[in-house]
Amino acid sequence: MVRDPFDPALSRRGFVRAASAFGALCGFGFLPAAASAAGARDPRFVVIILRGAMDGLSAVPPIGDPDYATLHGDLAFAASGDRAALPVDGAFGLHPSLAAFKRLYDAKQATVVHAVATGYRDRSHFDGQDVLESGNPGPGRTESGWLNRTLAALPGGGKGSLRGVAVGATAPLVIRGPAPALGWAPPGGLAPAGADLTQRVLDLYAHSDALLGERLHAAVAAEKVASEQRDAEGPMKKPGGGPVEPMRLAAAGAGRLLAAPDGPRIAALAFDGFDTHQNEGAAQGLLAQRLQGLDAAFDALHASLGDAWKDTVVVAVTEFGRTVRVNGTHGTDHGTATAALIAGGALAGGRVVADWPSLRPERLYEGRDLYPTADLRGVLKGLLADSFGLSPKTLAETIFPESAAAAPMKGLIA
Amino acid sequence: MAIGANDAAAVTAFNRFGLGARPGSLAEAAGDPRGFLLEELWTANVALIRDRAPPSGTEALQAHYLQQERVREERAKMAAAAMQTAALTPTPPVVSAMTPSRGPSLSPSSAPPMAPSAGSMMAEPAKPEPATAEPPRKPPVQQAQFLAEAEARLEKQLEARAGLVERLVAFWSNHFAVSVAKSGELRAAAGPFEREAIRPNVLGKFSTLLSAAESHPAMILFLDNQNSIGPNAAPGRFAGKGLNENLAREIMELHKLGVGSGYTQADVTEFARAITGWSVSGPNSESGAPGAFAFKPNWHEPGARKILGRTYPDAGVEQGRAVLDDLARHPATAKHIAMKLVRHFVADDPPSDLVATLARKFRDSDGDLAVVVSAFVSDDRAWTPQRNKIRTPLEFVVGAARATSFQPHDPGFYLPALGLMGMPLWQPSGPNGFSDVSDSWASPEGMKARLDIAWAMGQRMRGAAEPLPALKTALGETASPDTVQTIERAESREQALALLFMAPEFQRR
Repeated sequence: MVRDPFDPALSRRGFVRAASAFGALCGFGFLPAAASAAGARDPRFVVIILRGAMDGLSAVPPIGDPDYATLHGDLAFAASGDRAALPVDGAFGLHPSLAAFKRLYDAKQATVVHAVATGYRDRSHFDGQDVLESGNPGPGRTESGWLNRTLAALPGGGKGSLRGVAVGATAPLVIRGPAPALGWAPPGGLAPAGADLTQRVLDLYAHSDALLGERLHAAVAAEKVASEQRDAEGPMKKPGGGPVEPMRLAAAGAGRLLAAPDGPRIAALAFDGFDTHQNEGAAQGLLAQRLQGLDAAFDALHASLGDAWKDTVVVAVTEFGRTVRVNGTHGTDHGTATAALIAGGALAGGRVVADWPSLRPERLYEGRDLYPTADLRGVLKGLLADSFGLSPKTLAETIFPESAAAAPMKGLIA
Repeated sequence: MAIGANDAAAVTAFNRFGLGARPGSLAEAAGDPRGFLLEELWTANVALIRDRAPPSGTEALQAHYLQQERVREERAKMAAAAMQTAALTPTPPVVSAMTPSRGPSLSPSSAPPMAPSAGSMMAEPAKPEPATAEPPRKPPVQQAQFLAEAEARLEKQLEARAGLVERLVAFWSNHFAVSVAKSGELRAAAGPFEREAIRPNVLGKFSTLLSAAESHPAMILFLDNQNSIGPNAAPGRFAGKGLNENLAREIMELHKLGVGSGYTQADVTEFARAITGWSVSGPNSESGAPGAFAFKPNWHEPGARKILGRTYPDAGVEQGRAVLDDLARHPATAKHIAMKLVRHFVADDPPSDLVATLARKFRDSDGDLAVVVSAFVSDDRAWTPQRNKIRTPLEFVVGAARATSFQPHDPGFYLPALGLMGMPLWQPSGPNGFSDVSDSWASPEGMKARLDIAWAMGQRMRGAAEPLPALKTALGETASPDTVQTIERAESREQALALLFMAPEFQRR
């Protein structure tokens, strides 16, 4: 069954359609093939790995799904009220932290692919990230990442004009491998441990080491006072308070590198902190802060890429989603399908692409997760094919091995 | 053999006495943890750096002096040229008389705008702006020497079987502390000091170690003895110069007897007089190789000296050596050293019976350090199951790298980390060395720095080892269920490794 999910008439009835389309896993209605634009463009491609499993149901809330508000509880957004999502269509909204992404969406330069997952169906972060980044069908093979193999498959093999750069203190697996890639980290030395890691260490000490716990608590309290001091000092906010500024800086640096005439063309970044088991929050809270950082990253890439933005694709992906139901600690546990956020001037955007499986309890994957109806590899293959003119064979054998069943999603790029 | 009941003892062997377990090494030690440590002590030349050793201390100081000479010449030349230009050309200066302009061109030899991603953790990251045509500046020779020494030391620490001997090297280096912050000379000579004075003697007689340390150019320069001149030596020739008590005081207070052990100001002054003339040959010295220890008889205070009730006739350089020898055998020294050893390895508040046992061993063996340390690691009281001490920053980062088999052994990774945690290599804030009580490391800001470093190491080392196997490598089955679960539930590998490094079982020893 092939339908056009982007038909506005269908979109308005989106959830009626979705329920009946449940059986058609990966049954995307493909858009008409875009004319190959690879030749005319000087393409830029940015991959952002979101570590920890982003809650796609909060980032891109399916506010039109009748079961959503009940199941996602006090984390759920609505069309209006004090937990209002940014409106994009009747079926979906955007998390209020994603204001810049929303502007790009309205300008047809951002797309969401929802109910998407890699081929990995267990719920381990380590393995899930390996599968996401290696591009392999299952865990266990981590000698190279799919973006590195993309570099290797391009003219020059990563050494010519189409070079790659890993942004951050360490190169994420997605860009590691035999093809050479540059490395760049924002100045400022060591990135401090984030709030999530700090809390985990404090929790561990609370059970087992009173002295170390007391000392670390004291340091965290002092740091809090210092950062409030900085906030009180006015708009000259220094980085280091939260995760937002480092994320923006990393993205801005990546954008400047990619904008340079002789700079690299492909970049990989990784942001962590999406593992929101506790106090995930809605409009405010842990996830809101991370998404604000991600939004700042999109915004910074847009600004720093300048004219090159029109040839750019930025795709933010995570290892899996989170449970539809809220757990006992105001958070969500490891799930399956989630949302992929794509932005860039090269997109035919302004859409939420989804073969929506619905959140009716009997439609949930293993009774708990958003059912995956799109293969993330198909999304990435579509973006790579239309950005760089890579052949379906290379994409299905070399870049995403054994992925022939996940056809490149067409029409994402204008 | 399988890891089992002896796990806890094996973990103690590696963490309390060594530098942390490497893959498979807990199982190797589990059968006989004490024997495993003793075996390392009795391995021939185990403390020496023999492959790819950096230049000697004398060579390093000579290179430093030569560099200073060149800089002086360069400055003089530039000053002369500037004066000449000013004198000859009252009108706008002629271009040819100036230093050649480099111009704005991007020379092909200029550094690439971005470093390869294998760069060091906290090395200055390349800027996104295009590089200028400035050729990369070579680091000063003393810094090159320092980095080579740091790398050689790190290599030893990462490759050591148990790490007990390397812990002893670090212990004695800190006992006989010098600081690279003092001068370019010290930056050049601190590494050679450890290699030449400490390492060869770390399992020998304390008196030999003491004599080697106190007469090494690094120590002489650090405690200002090179210019200490006897008030009655060659009278009149050294107007305005005189005695400097710094080295003599620290030898008595820090290196041997310990403060409050019965010596007086008169003893310090007399001892300072006894070692007048202990110096280092300068760049233009006629009396010996520049940068080497030199006894300058003209600067030596003539006459007999009375120290701690004993009289030492004037015997030139041998007068000071005789004092050192006696001080090495003083009962207060035995007690002081035993206390410091137990405090370093076992507890901030060292059990006095264990200290007394080791002090007796020290005296009975005439300060044979291998005998003392053997007795120490064979003593049940050193193996208390409570883990009272917090790993020092050095033990922490080296332990993490050993648990994950992290490569490469690049000092650019470790040196800034040690600095951020308050333990910059060979740079204590004073001659008493770094503090050796846990409270000074487990301070709030210390713990925060440790957490940040754990996170940086997690990111850096995540490709080297899986978190759960690294946990087994480092702690066997001794980790608490809470710790195991916390690591298992981490949101990423790097976070899991950071949590392992921060776990109480990893922090404490």
